[in-house]
Amino acid sequence: MFVKGELEKIENKILRGERLSREDGLALFACNELSWLGALADHVRRRISGDTVYYNVNCHVNLTNICAARCKFCAFGRGVEDRGAYAMTPDDAINLVTEASRDPHLTGLHIVSGLHPTWSFEHYLAFVDTLHKKFPALHIKGFTGVEIQHFANISGLGVEEVLLRLKEVGLETIAGGGAEILSDRVRNLLCPKKATAAQWLNVARTAHKLGIKTNASMLYGHIETLAERVDHLLTLRELQDETGGFQTFICFPFLPKNTALEHEIKQTSMWDDLRTIAIARLMLDNFPNVKAYWVMLTVPVAQVALSFGANDIDGTIHRENILHEAGATSPRSLAEDEIIRIIREAGRIPVATGGKL
Amino acid sequence: MNTLELAKDKISLGQRLNRDEALALYEDNDLLYLAESARRLKEFHSGKKVFYVFNRHINLTNVCKANCPLCAYQCRSGDNRAFTLELSDVEKILRDAAQVSEVHIVSSLHPDKDFSYYVDTVKLVRKTLPYVGINAFTPVEIVNFAQISGKSVVEVLSVLIGAGVTSLAGGGAEILSDRVREIICPKKCSASEWLNVMRTAHTLGLRTNASMMYGHVETIEERIEHLLTLRDLQDETGGFVAMMLFPFHPDNTELGKRFNLRRVGSWEDLKMLALSRLVLDNFAHFKAFWVMLTLPIAQLALSFGADDLDGTIGEEKIIHAAGAKASAGITRQQLEKIIAEVGYRPVERDSFYNEVI
Repeated sequence: MFVKGELEKIENKILRGERLSREDGLALFACNELSWLGALADHVRRRISGDTVYYNVNCHVNLTNICAARCKFCAFGRGVEDRGAYAMTPDDAINLVTEASRDPHLTGLHIVSGLHPTWSFEHYLAFVDTLHKKFPALHIKGFTGVEIQHFANISGLGVEEVLLRLKEVGLETIAGGGAEILSDRVRNLLCPKKATAAQWLNVARTAHKLGIKTNASMLYGHIETLAERVDHLLTLRELQDETGGFQTFICFPFLPKNTALEHEIKQTSMWDDLRTIAIARLMLDNFPNVKAYWVMLTVPVAQVALSFGANDIDGTIHRENILHEAGATSPRSLAEDEIIRIIREAGRIPVATGGKL
Repeated sequence: MNTLELAKDKISLGQRLNRDEALALYEDNDLLYLAESARRLKEFHSGKKVFYVFNRHINLTNVCKANCPLCAYQCRSGDNRAFTLELSDVEKILRDAAQVSEVHIVSSLHPDKDFSYYVDTVKLVRKTLPYVGINAFTPVEIVNFAQISGKSVVEVLSVLIGAGVTSLAGGGAEILSDRVREIICPKKCSASEWLNVMRTAHTLGLRTNASMMYGHVETIEERIEHLLTLRDLQDETGGFVAMMLFPFHPDNTELGKRFNLRRVGSWEDLKMLALSRLVLDNFAHFKAFWVMLTLPIAQLALSFGADDLDGTIGEEKIIHAAGAKASAGITRQQLEKIIAEVGYRPVERDSFYNEVI
């Protein structure tokens, strides 16, 4: 293509299918060649995952927004007494999913929630048990590494035992959130009360060992450095080399509205979003899938991201709560035919995943 | 060599594309190849500069006798949305416009106002702002002025030049095919009338913009032919300053309802921009009209061949009537930041892309 010097060397490595180094990652973040990055990521995407684009007809279930961690980047969490605080009962959850399953194509639930200060692990288990019994056909993806670690803390059981019990009552895959930036410097500043980097990785490693697939993510565009983004990707790549248990990587641009960082940090540009997704695709050569999460990116940017390395656009969601608290401007749900149209316009083949990814 | 390979070969050699080659590039749907090629052509024409204009839009009226099915803006007199500015209203608007370097005036075809109303408006602008660029009236309006005044197009244009118009607006081209116009705007001027106004204006030394509205009932072949028609006229006269692409916004339009149309995605927007840049090799400037595209996509358009974000725009009415979601005004600082963020140099311009100092 049209680059010279160091970038040309990186390009040749990518075209030969060689792995990129930390220095390469830093050089990619330092360059301003957006369409070049995108074209390379697109090339790698085609090699790894072909022309299909995954989506799912799913329903997000956020059991509670009451949270003991209260991370600085979060607009969703509440104290028990705060206005807008809620905690679902099992009936509430059933009602929500019943409403969503009026769509006969609904195949999956995505359950992530606050770390409720008084709920026991059994209480969370009961939700999964109830939903699985009531809706046995739905794939249940639930809980981030942060929640799993929280369950281990409050129950006194180890992470492995927590995962086994969840699996027993119907949990099939683990959500990718809570990774944020896997650096203790960043976590101490932003989310000191939740799982450390090592704990998050340990949950993923343990789950993979038990045959439970998980996703991975990166929340960027807050106080992290570009080097920390690269290191985050390398950490995930290393674990994936070891276990092969990650299915999908998801980039989350930080949305500052209504968070403690609202006045210090500006929202990322679409330019940053697209280069980050492209660089993630290039660095994470052992991840089968990269997701363009339309809620955060907005639908138009998520569609374009399909040519920057993404092969998954997430799902219909039914009703998104967490990011709309942080000023997300995208709709709260997308119709399935709209998702299909978006994928087809990009010249790709839409494939529903049954809620797994 | 097949047509696509030939097209890519020609692009790399800087040669002109023909109809079939343009179609092959469209079908190939390689978004980032188009982006990279279009961006290089942009940099050939305007280097690292990206332009914007500090301008003011004035829509004199929305009362219209054409009632085009494509339009959500027009209404009949007596409608509760109907408005028509008097000279005193225009005077008020101009009081806040002392800093602008361009006033942009486009309006509907009012059934009762005579030509002198428009001429007097231009004279008022010229008197109030002696040095401002007056980019006013589409060929559709010019043809209407000729009809209501009994003058020829040459006479109408000469009167307007005398009153102070410095360039013609590029709108109303839609798709320059009488088949399409019969469906989307049967009462507007024909394709040949539109071209005739432009040719006549250029002959009189009055430069103009050009445009295309896509994403309704036109075929891809008709889009390409539209571009080739503009390219031919530009070869002949050299009078076009800039090209704009308008994705059709179907909300609240009769056309949208009748054909159950949805707005095309950002993929299509960026693809058409890049492809148009490649086909229109004799156009120096391409606008990414942020009101139509939203700011994030307009920013992205800068790496797809656009070199102009258009204006700071006081108050946009026409596209917002059709459901455009971008906010109706933007500051100079915001525009400069968006441009600088992607590695280009913001340049404030006048109507003819001279730097405003």
